[in-house]
Amino acid sequence: MASLGELERSVMDQLWSTSEASTANELRDRLAQSEVQSKDLAVTTVLTVLSRLEKKGLVERERGTRPHRYRAVSTREDHTARLMHEALGTAPDREAVLARFIGSVTEAEAATLRRLLARG
Amino acid sequence: MLLTAYLLALLAILLAWPVPVALSRARWTSRSPFAAMVLWQSIALAGGLSMIGAMLVYGLEPLGDNLLQALRRAIGIVLGNRATDELHFWHLFALCAAALLGTHLIFTLGLTYARITTQRRRHRALLEVLSSPSGAIERTLVINHPAPVAYCLPGGSRSVTVLSDGLLEALSPAELAAVVDHERAHLTQRHHLLLWAFEAWRQALPWLPTTRLSRAAVSSLVEMLADDIARRTTPDETLVRAIALVALGGGAAEAPQGLPAVVRPEPAIEPGMPDEGEASLAARVSRLLTPRPPLGRARTTAVLAGSGLLLAVPTVLLLAPGLVG
Repeated sequence: MASLGELERSVMDQLWSTSEASTANELRDRLAQSEVQSKDLAVTTVLTVLSRLEKKGLVERERGTRPHRYRAVSTREDHTARLMHEALGTAPDREAVLARFIGSVTEAEAATLRRLLARG
Repeated sequence: MLLTAYLLALLAILLAWPVPVALSRARWTSRSPFAAMVLWQSIALAGGLSMIGAMLVYGLEPLGDNLLQALRRAIGIVLGNRATDELHFWHLFALCAAALLGTHLIFTLGLTYARITTQRRRHRALLEVLSSPSGAIERTLVINHPAPVAYCLPGGSRSVTVLSDGLLEALSPAELAAVVDHERAHLTQRHHLLLWAFEAWRQALPWLPTTRLSRAAVSSLVEMLADDIARRTTPDETLVRAIALVALGGGAAEAPQGLPAVVRPEPAIEPGMPDEGEASLAARVSRLLTPRPPLGRARTTAVLAGSGLLLAVPTVLLLAPGLVG
């Protein structure tokens, strides 16, 4: 049995791979096809994962239809970009107190660094 | 008591402006980042203590010869809701200001903590979905992105180091090991707590030179401390190469195709703020390129003793009964 984190990742990968909204059943079938360990995956598990992802703001539910259809809120690239913004300290809320190896580097900084390296 | 108040006020002014300005220009700090870090912490603590203390002592001056006795009488007056003509307008003004400043500092500390925690939780939730565990290095996640990035996400037992695909590709195994050691050092030495405290200090009193200078100094010193841990196992040249590859590889290269170009915009520098990052990165690389010996034992001891003294002075002034005046 895969961990919840791994399942969340697989479900998101499935949602990101299509532009259409999917039901939990469809998702389970696609997961079963794509992965070896998901053979005995129950629909309720998929629903649990989906509601966790919804709480995290990654997935939205279309409430008009039964069964509910789920879709990714934004693309994988957008999320990654946001993550990188926060990691580099360029996010608009500059409080992310993440210790990063190198934060965002301005042109002036890059120039100073090149000068130092040339001298060293 | 009045003399105590004036001495505390003098100390508060010295620690708010000339002392931090001098320390931020001092060159020995990069030779002993640890001693410098201790000194900055004691400047901040002693500064806050003498600021609040000066106003408290001034306001309570008519009520007694020493702070504890006066404080007890003041509490009696407040709790008993009694009238007093001993305290005049400026005494009450100073007492209110002391209470407000004290509350403000504590609230800002809590608020900053809450904001940072929320942001980290959101970040971690995204990370869980977007990254996969690195097979080779334990407690390390790899995120799919061509820009070379490494950082650590503190969170007790769930602390992780995050590396990007771009970083793994750009660095040799030795350089990568240096980066991972550097990030782990941040986590084991709990640098996020220092950054949090000084960030809160800056947000509470942003117009005070000391808060901005100390925040910048601490973030730079933290990097030097982490570099020093990496240097135990990695030659300096390797670490410099890793820094250069990450700094220049990501910043100078244009955004790779297929990715939003928003990844490395010019960081929003607040007007009137000197670019602290520039000085910091340069200082960090210079000390690796031309290493200077760490501060001698005598001078390190002097700095540490000075830090202790700095904390002791306002404490003694506040608590010692009838010592002065």
